[in-house]
Amino acid sequence: MAASGLFSLAWLMIAIPLVVAGFLLVAGRLTDAWGHLLATLAVIASFLIGLVLFIDLLGRDASQRSVSNSLYELFSVGRWKFDVALQIDQLSILFVLLITGVGSLIHVYSIGYMAHDERRRRFFAYLNLFIAAMLTLVLADNYLLLFFGWEGVGLASYLLIGFWQHRNSAAVAAKKAFVVNRVGDLGMTMGIFALLAQLGTVNFTQVNERAAGLSPFWATLIGFLFLLGACGKSAQVPLQSWLLDAMEGPTPVSALIHAATMVTAGVYLVVRSHALYAQTEAASLAVAIVGTVTLLVGAWIGTSKDDIKKVLAGSTMSQIGYMMLAAGLGPIGAAFAIFHLITHGFFKANMFLGAGSVMHGMDDDVDMRHYGALAKAMPITFITFAMGYLAIIGFPFTSGFYSKDHIIEAAFEKNTVLGVLALLGAGVTAYYMTRLMMMTYFSQKRWRQGVHPHESPLVMTIPLMVLAVFSVIGGALMLGWITGWLAPATGGEEEHLSLVHFSGIGLLTMAVVAVGVVIGWWLHRRDVPDTAPATRNPLVIAGRRDLYGDALNEALLMRPGQHLVAGLDSFDRGVVDGAVMGSAGVFGGLSSAVRRLQNGFVRSYGLTMVVGVVLVGVVLILGQLA
Amino acid sequence: MNPNYYLVLSAILFCIGVLGFLLRRNAIVAFMSIEMMLNASNLAMVNFAHVHGGLDGQIAAFFVMIVAAAEVVVGLAIIVTIYKTRRSASVDDANLLKF
Repeated sequence: MAASGLFSLAWLMIAIPLVVAGFLLVAGRLTDAWGHLLATLAVIASFLIGLVLFIDLLGRDASQRSVSNSLYELFSVGRWKFDVALQIDQLSILFVLLITGVGSLIHVYSIGYMAHDERRRRFFAYLNLFIAAMLTLVLADNYLLLFFGWEGVGLASYLLIGFWQHRNSAAVAAKKAFVVNRVGDLGMTMGIFALLAQLGTVNFTQVNERAAGLSPFWATLIGFLFLLGACGKSAQVPLQSWLLDAMEGPTPVSALIHAATMVTAGVYLVVRSHALYAQTEAASLAVAIVGTVTLLVGAWIGTSKDDIKKVLAGSTMSQIGYMMLAAGLGPIGAAFAIFHLITHGFFKANMFLGAGSVMHGMDDDVDMRHYGALAKAMPITFITFAMGYLAIIGFPFTSGFYSKDHIIEAAFEKNTVLGVLALLGAGVTAYYMTRLMMMTYFSQKRWRQGVHPHESPLVMTIPLMVLAVFSVIGGALMLGWITGWLAPATGGEEEHLSLVHFSGIGLLTMAVVAVGVVIGWWLHRRDVPDTAPATRNPLVIAGRRDLYGDALNEALLMRPGQHLVAGLDSFDRGVVDGAVMGSAGVFGGLSSAVRRLQNGFVRSYGLTMVVGVVLVGVVLILGQLA
Repeated sequence: MNPNYYLVLSAILFCIGVLGFLLRRNAIVAFMSIEMMLNASNLAMVNFAHVHGGLDGQIAAFFVMIVAAAEVVVGLAIIVTIYKTRRSASVDDANLLKF
């Protein structure tokens, strides 16, 4: 239905952070003193608008909950018309609340975290730019506008990963993220082109209506192309390699962009295109397989890293793998994907910010082997982090328990192999998170000299507390209504999920998780070596080297690319330049030979003329005679 | 009188002019040879005008004379200047303008 009243002002949610971002960047140092407060207020304002709209939607009948709000026509070509239009429905409003809600908390946290950074104002401007782009992505009512937001978050991600650009590693990581994402964007753009060519529209509603008319070939092709786009943005195998390096960015960025919101855009894309994926079994299965592979790869990497942020990054990949798996399972999985996405947004942002708080107290050291026994030194950080820990391993009645178990159950219903692998992933998750907890908060002190861990200021711990509360109760809060709420937007049906939920697979999951926790505790209960022990275990070595993701990219893409480019370069120099320079050389040589005729003697010029005239005369006379 | 005689005379004069231009080094003589070629062509044109009974050839001859007069003025001035600076009136000595 068309927008009216408050809904016609929905664009303000995007405009406020965008204008503030531009203002902070243009006004420069004038705003250094209060720029971060303005930026935080901007996100809170967006959150409040989103909240009001959400409450309005809650009070409506299910059929009235999708509101489209056309702002203006971007351009039209022939029969195709491209509008800048917002779609506020059950799916996008949840994302809006997640992005602006978690975003507001992370803005508040960043006030403390970035307090000593002289470029804090610029940091907040970029964060606001990200919020505006991400809201554009989720509020867009067509693939083209979604793509605008998609690129906008890519830009913000690039700027923020490379925020400390004086460090070479940060600059390189930012570039890597940008380049890998371009590969995914190729899939996105090709998918949009294919949609336009086949259906003549990129509007979500119209695509959903007409998707049934797609031929199986095109539906599968578009499904795979969008999967490629989702892999790039969501760091899924095979485009996963940028996410671990992206941890070079400031920790609030890792929490907001590379855990809670941006990297889930791929899941959003797949869920948004549910009608498309319903047409193609192959592409849906591919989504589920990619998700399963990634959830194992991410967990594997998480087990063998010593950098606390990289463990969490591996964990993020792994959890997004769960979401992709769920999204590939079809309509009912889609609702669980979004459910897990939101709970993950809470507990992973919580843990990333907790890691930031630990780093803050440990002089920006990220090596867990230099931590130990921090539970007493940083009690608030420890307790809030522990809430996130319980949520991610799926401790009963925490948010992860509800969202992840349902995904595993749905996977078992669809395909036993996927189910078993997802179950295995849950066990590995429990192991590496326990390892992280043991190495950071328990065992003995391994602090470097001159490091005095201290609890972070309230401006940083209050967001932690809020997120910790939601990590625990978020699942129970949403459990009762999430599937019914999302059903119209994801094409699923309402399922009644009970608060106390113990199925056979649920109990099995709990047992596997318990085994993971016990192994993690057993291996790290005593001394933790000060440096990573040398090992010949190929599994550990592979994990430490990110499963050779970079080596694979270099061997398969970079080196052949270099050879190709070197070949093209020598072709250009040898053949193209050779032809051009060679013909120029021939004419140059000829003219320097002909030049010799100009010898400066008037009489020889005269002779030349006479000979010429005589020749012409002879020719004319012969012509007359003939 | 047979007009052909005039044509033959004209051709002889022209050939003398050409040979003079090609063989003599003295700039003044080369110049005279050029004048001789011009006048040879004038003779031919006047002759043809007489044969065809028109005035075109005679008018052309006047044009040639006027151009020749102008050319003499400029050409002699150049020759004199070259002679003053280089102490030579040989056309082969003035050979700087080359490749």
